[in-house]
Amino acid sequence: MTDQSLPLARRLLVPYWLTLPMAIGLAIVLFWLLMVVLAPVVAPYDPLELVGRRLQPPSWQHWLGTDALGRDVLSRTLFGALHSIPIAVIVVVLAVSFGALLGALSGYIGGLFGSAIMRLVDVTLSFPPMLLAMAVAASLGPGLENAAIAMVIVWWPVYARLMRAQVLEVREREHVEAAIAAGASRPRILFKHILPLCWTPILISATMDLGQVILLAASLSFIGLGATPPTPEWGSMISDGAQQFYSWWVAFGPGVAILTVVLGFNFIGDGLHDYLDPRSE
Amino acid sequence: MLTSGWVFVNNHRTVSSGQTSIFGSMHPCEGAKLEKGQPLTRFILKRLFAMPFLVLGIVTLAFLLTTVTKGDPLTAILSDRQLNDPEAVKAAMARWGLDRSLPERYFIYVRNLLSGDLGTSFVTRRPVLTDVLFRLPATLELVGAAMVIGSTIGISLGVLAAYFKNSWIDHLARLFALVGSSVPVFWMGLALLYVLSVKLGVVPGPGRLDPRASLPPTVTGFMTIDTLLAGEFKLFANALWHLLLPAFVLGWAVSGTISRLVRANMLEVLGREFILTARAKGAGELRVVIRHALRNTLVPTLTVISYSFAYLLTGAVLTETIFSWPGLGSYAVGAARALDFPAIIGVTLVGGIIFLLTNLITDIAYVIANPRVRLG
Repeated sequence: MTDQSLPLARRLLVPYWLTLPMAIGLAIVLFWLLMVVLAPVVAPYDPLELVGRRLQPPSWQHWLGTDALGRDVLSRTLFGALHSIPIAVIVVVLAVSFGALLGALSGYIGGLFGSAIMRLVDVTLSFPPMLLAMAVAASLGPGLENAAIAMVIVWWPVYARLMRAQVLEVREREHVEAAIAAGASRPRILFKHILPLCWTPILISATMDLGQVILLAASLSFIGLGATPPTPEWGSMISDGAQQFYSWWVAFGPGVAILTVVLGFNFIGDGLHDYLDPRSE
Repeated sequence: MLTSGWVFVNNHRTVSSGQTSIFGSMHPCEGAKLEKGQPLTRFILKRLFAMPFLVLGIVTLAFLLTTVTKGDPLTAILSDRQLNDPEAVKAAMARWGLDRSLPERYFIYVRNLLSGDLGTSFVTRRPVLTDVLFRLPATLELVGAAMVIGSTIGISLGVLAAYFKNSWIDHLARLFALVGSSVPVFWMGLALLYVLSVKLGVVPGPGRLDPRASLPPTVTGFMTIDTLLAGEFKLFANALWHLLLPAFVLGWAVSGTISRLVRANMLEVLGREFILTARAKGAGELRVVIRHALRNTLVPTLTVISYSFAYLLTGAVLTETIFSWPGLGSYAVGAARALDFPAIIGVTLVGGIIFLLTNLITDIAYVIANPRVRLG
């Protein structure tokens, strides 16, 4: 991977995995992660307060204009990180936990239990994800929590399948055979000898999925199944913007926010992919 | 999101089954896993055999959704007005067996489905199946056009990126691909509609035809085909013109994935010896790239294009809302907003079955088209 043509100084100072896309991705994601904490400090106005006249175009007072109620779009966009990013993290963590656990058990125990789980995975993955998420979210009722549950239901099978494949491969290795010969108990073999070797692809895939989960959450909010007003959530802000079609600035801020944060995660994923798979170069 | 290309390149025996999301918010689709030495017919039979079970699974999940619906399952079947009418409530209880046990209700649900009864939409007051079939052509037209646009852009960019590897063209193509899979389609639709239609006036506004245009008689439900059948060439041009922007918005996201895959495969093929031979024999560069290299990447490319169908169905839901496109997507969104359960569960059911069938056809076509798999 190390490019010998680079000057020595750069090779020593910049780690070899830090390519330009990776650096841009990390910078963007870091910015939005900071916003999760710093939005109350950085944002010029309260995101819920009516601070100006309605539908004002961008100006020095309101950099991204005001929305149909006279709230500051920039402040709402910055506060949006506070909703979108933690939700995405929670959804991915839950989906990975359920999926990895069920996938691991399915791969290790196998038999009827194992195939039952995998058939459930097959059926769930048979739906176009957006439609299934919509149906589940609508059945549970609108709200960010229900949208999150819907997304976990849609997403866990991905990790279950991934984990099962990993476990099936690792359990055939020699050190597992040695552990069996040494008389280790079945749970001990699974948790101590197999699982520690299975996590890498799952963690990588989870990192890359964060962006997609943010996109799905925004889509659900956009059609009114996620965050409820007046929450400053990016998807529902774009929905407001669609109603105020001729005031383009209402949807501009949240749109750019989603685009950049998802692009950031995708850049990181792209960089990881190049690093882990030198064949593609 | 790029893992698909990697899997294709590494192992032609495994169709996709990528580790991570291949198409934006789409799942890695289950690909065909043909084991070495397994006869082709047995593989196809096995896949066909699994189909009814998957469909049954989809139906079961849809049934479970009707039971978790908040409160009384009757609210999932009847409208508010009908709920106040004891006669209607009684009739619905009998038809869907709501006074019986859960397993019995399940059988009744399946029986109703088999006779094409998906319930009645609260909003349109028509059977859900009628609504779905009425709106399906508009969605298929949009998705089809998006597939054409997406694969044209994707293949061209992929070939250029591979040929001019690591040049600014390559980087620009990568950026275009990444932006395509990162941008929310509903926002991109709004933005392009505002800039191109309102500000510049170069594309028409939302809808399938100009508002004042007279509709051609509905034959197939595909606006482009119906206008041609009616012999209205001006209307046909108008329909195509209206199709352009939504199909582009939808196709962009897919074009990114396709271009990355084509690039990876082209890079591998361009390094092979038969390319060197072709060049040594004096074939022009264009001929080498198109005839010799691109042709050898066709199978994985076609596969990824047909798998992109799932992403397009997902994207169509949101694109249709922005472009007032009277398809399944806007129907589903309207249903979701109005908490019209029979409609939304019906659309999900139909979407799942369409998705399943496309994937099956793709898998089978893949193993038939790829001699390495067939003779493996």
